[in-house]
Amino acid sequence: MIKVDGIHKSFGKVHAVRGVSFDAPDGKITGLLGPNGAGKSTTLRVLYTVLRPDQGCASIDTADVVTESLAARQRIGALPHGAGLYPHLTARENIAYYARLCGLENHAVDERVENLVALLEISDFADRRTKGFSQGQRTKVALARALVHNPQNVILDEPSNGLDVMATRSLRDLILKLKDAGRCVLFSSHVMQEVAALCDDIVIIANGKVAIDDSADGIRERTGCDDLEDAFVRAIEMVEPG
Amino acid sequence: MRTLLTVFAKEVVDNFRDRRTLASALIMGPLFGPVLFAFVINLSIEQSLGDMDRTMTLPVVGQQHAPNLMNYLRSHNIDVVDGPADRDAAVLAVTTGEQDVVVIVPDGFGEQLADTVPAKVELISDQANTQAERDARRVRGALHSYSQELATMRLVARGVSPLVLRPIHVDEIDVSTPSGRSAILLGMMSYFFIFALLMGGMYLAIDTTAGERERGSLEPLLSLPVTRDQLMLGKIAATCVFMAVSLLLSLCSFFVALKFMPLEQLGMTPNFGPMVVVAAFFVLAPFILLGASLMTLVASFTKSYKEAQTWLSIVLVAPTLPILIVSILTLRPQLEFMFVPSLSQHLLLVDMIKNEPVNLLHVAISVSSTLAIGAALTWICARLYRREGLLG
Repeated sequence: MIKVDGIHKSFGKVHAVRGVSFDAPDGKITGLLGPNGAGKSTTLRVLYTVLRPDQGCASIDTADVVTESLAARQRIGALPHGAGLYPHLTARENIAYYARLCGLENHAVDERVENLVALLEISDFADRRTKGFSQGQRTKVALARALVHNPQNVILDEPSNGLDVMATRSLRDLILKLKDAGRCVLFSSHVMQEVAALCDDIVIIANGKVAIDDSADGIRERTGCDDLEDAFVRAIEMVEPG
Repeated sequence: MRTLLTVFAKEVVDNFRDRRTLASALIMGPLFGPVLFAFVINLSIEQSLGDMDRTMTLPVVGQQHAPNLMNYLRSHNIDVVDGPADRDAAVLAVTTGEQDVVVIVPDGFGEQLADTVPAKVELISDQANTQAERDARRVRGALHSYSQELATMRLVARGVSPLVLRPIHVDEIDVSTPSGRSAILLGMMSYFFIFALLMGGMYLAIDTTAGERERGSLEPLLSLPVTRDQLMLGKIAATCVFMAVSLLLSLCSFFVALKFMPLEQLGMTPNFGPMVVVAAFFVLAPFILLGASLMTLVASFTKSYKEAQTWLSIVLVAPTLPILIVSILTLRPQLEFMFVPSLSQHLLLVDMIKNEPVNLLHVAISVSSTLAIGAALTWICARLYRREGLLG
């Protein structure tokens, strides 16, 4: 479970996030939706403890992301935007490296990597060096890597970026599998349809603030638009600029 | 500790598969020194040895006025040939660099000799041209010794001992040993070792910081449940290992290369046996930690791989500065110098090559101060890795 309570974050003069609050419960998929530059990535980066919030707090299960950042990281599997792999290592070695870093014993590492290779269906290219992998292959390996310590909470920053239809589909299946396993899944996107098709809860962010936090139907109702794209645009307009 | 070892093992494997890192660590660094060195040594041997034996050609204007002098020059391996038409043409030829040196024997040479007044011979050369000046010096020497020979003959003919012309006999005693003379030239070896050492870890230092950030693999790494200090230390440890391997290879390649250089002909026998190789490794080893942490630190501040490369090539040259200053001022090893990294290693190495007793206090200060600075830089790196600005 992820709780976000009024976080602010500035970079120099740019006030990127201005008091974002929401909850992402276990066993549900929560979508963070917003136009480019709305503050989605910054919010997620605060959650996986790479950035410290200027104000407000956030917690993963019970661990505070600032004061107990190590405990918080133990409960998160994060897929940052544009996550890179090590090109000289094979897919399997990339995953195994993270497994070892997370403290798994040697025999457990192999087993865990095997499970993830099966889960993400990457056995075809698991033993190839990742240099020259397609975007879809890279995302799958990066995702396997993020799940290596079996985290209760999974944070994905624009995971479907650059993926073709087939890859997007298998990503969607995986996210649903995680949900069925009772995990808390939080992912960001700027594509309304994608979020609507998958999410139980949608948090629309614009100008660093939460515009609406509701289900897809709830958003349609509150904005008075039947078309989801119109609803998205209307919701963004509800937030005053600047 | 486990995290540190995991990061260490991964960085070693990863970089062993990278051709550029491998080439710079195992080939470029260790071979650059010996190759350049062999080139310089052979060049200087050629310059200093070839001189006397080589037959040089000397254009002379007015040969017919001094046939005996011409014979004397020929007997000293100086091949006398016809010179330019007259004095003006000779000056022009030397000015334009067409000829290095021209000798003019004026008309009255024979008469002046017969009258025992100083007989004039003109030697035209360009003293600013070092290459030509070597030939001019040789001709000057030959003319001088001819003049001496004539003077001796004149004195003997008058029944005077030629020794009256030598009221003082200066006997020079050179106390430098063949090993000592080597140190002048071989002093630059220490820089090659430090260069090879730094070169060995350079690409690793870039790859583990700026490279990792540019590839986008740093952020997922930092979101793992491990402390950043451990990641940093593992990376520095891997860089250290590459530097150590590079240093060792470079010492060994010098050891082999020196066997094939005709240094005895230059009057040098560097003391660089297997024991010195081992001792040199231990004297230079503390510099590894300093080099690895310094390079990692500098690379951490840069935004991209390219920028890191630019800055690190400056780091690569920086250790020469103290060595250069001390070499120019020809300062003797002093206690204070032992606190300066790279300089202390250089001075200790020179002592070893000279086969002079090495001051153990100096070694202790050099090792401990270099290690202390390395540890401090490592600590700063670890602190820096805690900053969130690290991700750029």
